Order: sequence, then structure tokens, then C-alpha cells
Amino acid sequence: MKLLLRDVVKRYGGLHALDGLTLEIEDTNCLALIGPSGGGKSTTLRLVSGLEAPTSGCLLVDGEEIGNDFERRRQFRKQVGIVFQAYNLFPHMTALANVALPLEKVHGYPKADAIQKARSLFERFQLEDHMLKKPAELSGGQNQRVAIARAMAPDPDIIFLDEPTSALDPEMTVEVLDAIYSLIETDKRIVIATHQMGFAQRAADTVALIAEGKLVEAGSSNQVIENPQTIRGQKFLAACLDR
Amino acid sequence: MRFASLFLEPRNGDIANNRPLRKALSFLVAVLILSIVLFASFAALRYQWNWEAAFRYRLKFLEGWLTTLKISSVSFIFAFILGSLSTLCSRSRFLPIKYLASLYVELIRGTPLLVQIFLFYYVIADAANVQNRYVVGVAIMAIFSGAYISEILRAAIEGVGKSQLLSAKSIGFSEYQTFRYVIAPQALRSSLPALAGQTANLIKDSSLLSIIAISEFTLNAQEVNAITYSSFESFFPLAIGYLIITLPIMRLSRYIEESLRYDT
Repeated sequence: MKLLLRDVVKRYGGLHALDGLTLEIEDTNCLALIGPSGGGKSTTLRLVSGLEAPTSGCLLVDGEEIGNDFERRRQFRKQVGIVFQAYNLFPHMTALANVALPLEKVHGYPKADAIQKARSLFERFQLEDHMLKKPAELSGGQNQRVAIARAMAPDPDIIFLDEPTSALDPEMTVEVLDAIYSLIETDKRIVIATHQMGFAQRAADTVALIAEGKLVEAGSSNQVIENPQTIRGQKFLAACLDR
Repeated sequence: MRFASLFLEPRNGDIANNRPLRKALSFLVAVLILSIVLFASFAALRYQWNWEAAFRYRLKFLEGWLTTLKISSVSFIFAFILGSLSTLCSRSRFLPIKYLASLYVELIRGTPLLVQIFLFYYVIADAANVQNRYVVGVAIMAIFSGAYISEILRAAIEGVGKSQLLSAKSIGFSEYQTFRYVIAPQALRSSLPALAGQTANLIKDSSLLSIIAISEFTLNAQEVNAITYSSFESFFPLAIGYLIITLPIMRLSRYIEESLRYDT
């Protein structure tokens, strides 16, 4: 996928979440956004996934402008999948309905086909036993895998994941990371904001380090994580290794 | 100490200690205290009870009770429709509609029902040439209760978390689909306890319709009162008649509240 952000600014009230971010990624299958909390990587993800419009600046995904037009962003969101930190499943529906309903209502599948497709995804993620449970009855890791199933059900062009393991304990984190690895193996294209440096290095082919609302550096995952070129990057990665 | 512990609820809801007999005993004590206060009050009054006269008019009580039940149920249906409409309007991006809804809610909630009954009956219904006072009564109660229901629904809709809306957006739902599949089912469920409470209120408030001579429960009791020269013999059945409807509703409301607490 190709990604181009030029002088992107995003303000929430007085807060500058992004302060003139420029990022150009030529060709990547898995891009990881890393950086300190509050530095702007989640905001970047929300913009490139079409959830929100930038305050100013230019934003292209695969050569397609997805900036300010409300309807265009909705069309774009239909073509991609998004996974959130807090799963954001609908609590009043079963796990199966959470996955099948968008297929039926947004993507026009006949109801039986939608359910069939959702079922096969539950089998793939070893969630068959939990299909008819509500999100409140599932663990965090199970919920997040349901959320991943929901995001990938309509065969999206790209899947965006916003810190998908940050709310999980280490064992559940492994569960969810395994599910993400399996997405990458099936050649799904992925953009992921994450604090898991090990995962970013292994799974991503490109890494962008974002801090204080700007791009610090970007490049191949090995290069950025092992050998950061900027002082800000060295400081951040040293802090990550300390843990 | 052991005696006092008979009446104490276990500190951490310990199920082993949760004995139904002890609960019944405490409940009896509460009833006893209430009865003593009541009996003492009436003893001081030296009231001559005359239940026979009131009993002769038992059918009148029943008719009134049934009328109250009917008026309340029909009113509730219209109140719910009106309340839902008002809530939808208050979320409209077309400002005149939005302000109309908020004016409706604020004016109705800010004025006494009694004033509204007089205004509606003597001015609006008269101007609109509506003769049937029962229609007027139902309209008044629906308009009155609708404003409260509107607020209940608005709060419930706003209670649906931002993350849910973001999620609906992310899967490509349109605004209508978001409302239909995400907001409405959750808001309706979470507003059920408050709606049940509002129903009980509506039933009690409908007693004020007696002032425009609608022969519902309260007016009929007042008439028995006047005919038999008694007073408390008709007010007691009146209170009990309302309790027969409102207690189960309040119980239901409590039950829904409890059952919602466990699955978010």
C-alpha cells in the first residue's frame, strides 16, 4: 500500500494532536506506528482509516484522497477494517451478530451467507464455542479476536489496528498477536499502532515513529527500531528497551 | 446483641445468612410500626367508621378504577409516541424543530399539571372544539407524560457510549443504521426502569383529571364521599386501588434495573 500525508494538522479544541505531520510510505504490506502515548499515532490511524477528517493538510491512501469529504470517507471506511484498543463490540448483540450484521447491512450479503461467513471466521480464530455469547461474557483476548474477525469479515483492502493489545494481559496479548500474524500470513495489508516493539520489528516491514504530533523518523522496521537516526528516536527506543 | 442481630442484614450480602424468615420478621416489624402510628392517629381523631355505606358503592369504585386504568394505558401509548418524536426532534440538525422540541419539554416540565389541565381544557380544547372530555383527558396526560418520557429517552440515547458510535462508524453504518441497530436497542433497554417509574407517575397524576369532571378513580371516590357523608372510607380504598396498579409496576421497574446491572 502507498501512504502519503503532507502537513497534516489535527486539532481537538485547543489540543494539537497532530502538528504538521508529513509521512510518505511508498510500498509496504505492514506498517507499524510507534511512539509515546499522546504523541499522535492513534490520531494518525484515525485519519488514514477515514474515521476523522484532518483539520488541514493532505491525505492519500493508495493514491486516493480521503480528506474532508464526509461521504467519501464513509465509502473508504466500507472498504477497510478497523480494530480498536477497547474492542468496541456492540454489547447488546452476540459475538456472531457483531460480525454478521455489518456484512448483511453494509455489504449487502444475504443473511444466511453473512452468518455462514461469520461462522467460518469464528472457526479460524478458534472462537466456535463463543459465537452466541455476548461480549461481556468473553475475555478481553476473545473480544479482541472477535473484533478482528469483524474487521476482516468483508475482505477489506486494509486493516487498521489501534493499539489492539494495550488493554490486555500478557497471555491475551499473545493470543491477539497470533491472530494478527495470521492476518499478515494471508497477505492482508495492515497498519497498526502499537507499543509492542518486538512485534513491530518482527511483523512490520515499515515502521514510523511519531512523537509530539510530528514524524520523528520512518523506515524499515529493523533500521528504525535497531538503529534510530534521530536523538528523539534513540531516546524513545532506549526507554522501550529499559522496560 | 444476639437479639439485635436478628434484624441485621449480613454485611457482604452473605447468602448463607440470607434467611427468608428473618427478613419476614423484620418486614412485620416495619408494618407494625406503621400500623401503630396510623391507629394512634385515628384513635386521637375519634372517628366513627361506617364501612357499610362505602361498601354499597363498590361498583362505583371499580368503574372508576377501570377508567383510570384505561385512561392511563391509552395515555401512555400516546405519551411514548410523543416522547419518542420529541427526542428525535431534539436531535434534529434543523434548528426550528430542535428548539420546538426543547420548548415543549421545558414548558411542560416547568409548569404544574393542574395549570396545564385548566389551560388545555378551557382554552385549547375549547378552541379546537373537542367535546369529549375523555379525549381531552388522554391528550393532556399524553402531552404531560410525553415531555418526561422525552427526557428519559434523550438521557438513555446520550448514555450509549462514544466508543459504540465510533465502532458503528468504523464498520460503515449510515446514521440511520447506527440509530436502528446500535443506539435504539441499547437506549430502549437502559430506559426501561425509568419508563416503568414514569408509568406509575402517570397513573397517579391522572387523579388530577377529576377536576375537569372525568369520572376516573379519584372523582368517583370523591362522589362516594359526598353521597355517604363519609371521608376516610372512600379514601382508603382509593389509596389501595392505586397501590394495586403502581406497586407491581415499581417492582417490575426494580427487577429490570437489577437484571440490567449484570450484563452491560
